[in-house]
Amino acid sequence: MVVIGIFMVLPMMILVVFSFLEADPYGGVEPVFSLEAYIQILYEIDFDDTVVFNPIYLNIIARSVGLALVATFGCLILGFPVAYFITRQSPRNQNMLLYLITLPFWTNLLIRTYSWILILAKNGVVEQPLLALGIIDDSLGMMYTNGAIAIGLIYTYLPLMVLPIYASLEKLDFRLVEAAHDLYAGRLKVMREIIVPLAMPGIIAGCILVFVPSLGAFIAPDLLGGGKKLMLGSLIQLQFSSSRNWPFGSAIAVCLLALVMISLTIQARSAGKRRAMEG
Amino acid sequence: MKRQRKGFVLGHYPGMNLWTALFFVYLYAPMLVLVVYAFNDSDRAQIWRGFSTRWFYKAFANDSIQDAAINSLIIAVCATVVATTLATLAALAMARTGEFKGRSATLGLISLPLVVPEIATAVATLSFFAVIGFQLGLLSIIVAHTVFCIPFAFLPIRARLEGMNDTLEQAAGDLYANEWQTFRHITLPLLMPGIVAGAMLSFIISIDDFIITLMVSGAGATTLPLYIYGMIRQGITPEVNVISTVMLGISIVFISAYWFMTKGDDHTTTH
Repeated sequence: MVVIGIFMVLPMMILVVFSFLEADPYGGVEPVFSLEAYIQILYEIDFDDTVVFNPIYLNIIARSVGLALVATFGCLILGFPVAYFITRQSPRNQNMLLYLITLPFWTNLLIRTYSWILILAKNGVVEQPLLALGIIDDSLGMMYTNGAIAIGLIYTYLPLMVLPIYASLEKLDFRLVEAAHDLYAGRLKVMREIIVPLAMPGIIAGCILVFVPSLGAFIAPDLLGGGKKLMLGSLIQLQFSSSRNWPFGSAIAVCLLALVMISLTIQARSAGKRRAMEG
Repeated sequence: MKRQRKGFVLGHYPGMNLWTALFFVYLYAPMLVLVVYAFNDSDRAQIWRGFSTRWFYKAFANDSIQDAAINSLIIAVCATVVATTLATLAALAMARTGEFKGRSATLGLISLPLVVPEIATAVATLSFFAVIGFQLGLLSIIVAHTVFCIPFAFLPIRARLEGMNDTLEQAAGDLYANEWQTFRHITLPLLMPGIVAGAMLSFIISIDDFIITLMVSGAGATTLPLYIYGMIRQGITPEVNVISTVMLGISIVFISAYWFMTKGDDHTTTH
């Protein structure tokens, strides 16, 4: 506990402090208080000290939030039917399917994302046969697009959506579904009125689990977005490496952490409300 | 309305099976592609030109890959040993003291590395090392890895501990075993499956880590994921497919062993 306190909480505090300091052009920080890092997120300071509104970083934040939302909904749409399907299997098969879903999650993220380069690249797995068959004449240009990043993000975080939804659907009392059918509810109505509401805690947990890491993703935008379509994660990494602007990087990291805290609070609130309703 | 239509299965939705099948294709096809492309004869990783195992020989004979692999192993072993030990102590301490004020805060603290985006942890750790003047290199990577491995080691150990009751320990006490003997001969052996499971997760997490390693590695200390990343950026030969396939294999073996080991302890896998 002490170890995590020292190596996790203290560094976070240092990060917050760093975000209020001035940058040392050779990397690191100058111990001078400054709000410049935060101002830089919204405005550009010209050489003659005039402050101009600069939407570049705001765009990156918007793209990160947008892509994280796309990834979250993509995972939800792909994952929900699968989670439901698994709960309808025999316990033995359930265990096997869960194993198959968990397995990719523990394999190397970098490698899993890289495999998508092989698939989407110019002359890659998808294009090569299409070119050979003459269906397309030119590269489809699938790499280095927002779509490629979204595919990578969904692929990466899919297990984090399926597992919590499965966990809440597993507890679902199937007699409720039978009762609803006996009362002449159609399949869609049963889904809408019984299954989805009861799966809600899992759906919310899954959405948070996908949204938070997507927001700070670095590998997918870097490899599949070609480093041109920046997201928050890659922007932070850039500031701490080649751009050598640690305070600015820290300020963005603090913003990212704030976004994370907000989404976690929303989840805790909704979980608390539900408990109050049930209790 | 006639409800019992032919083929009506309660709780079944049309297309569900097909959807699940496609889902698993999506989940596994990329990995399959990677493994197949490790046997690519072409000089370029992404363009298929016939079957060959030549890149396997090339990759295994590559000195920088060997160095990176050795670094990765050193880091993973050190981080695993330290993280698992600390996690075991923390789990025991929490079980012993029972309910105490700040218990949930402590649990939250331990799982902090799980909820904070990795990039934020990475730059925070880098800043911390800069402030205390810690030289970046192998040692800094080991320290950073140890910290984020702790929660992964902690969770299965705690799950195991919660499933145990203290009757055996009390019996040992009744039979005049002192505290150390009780721990050594009763608690530790009972806890072992949890500890091994935690150690295995830590090892995989450490050996696969990329972002934190990238930020705190400094010059000189290259791990396998860093090496792979470098290769991807510089134009790719099928060598990268080969190492990736090997690493994929290692992860799959470890995780499968972990999964089937903890299958009996339902609470380790479902929570």
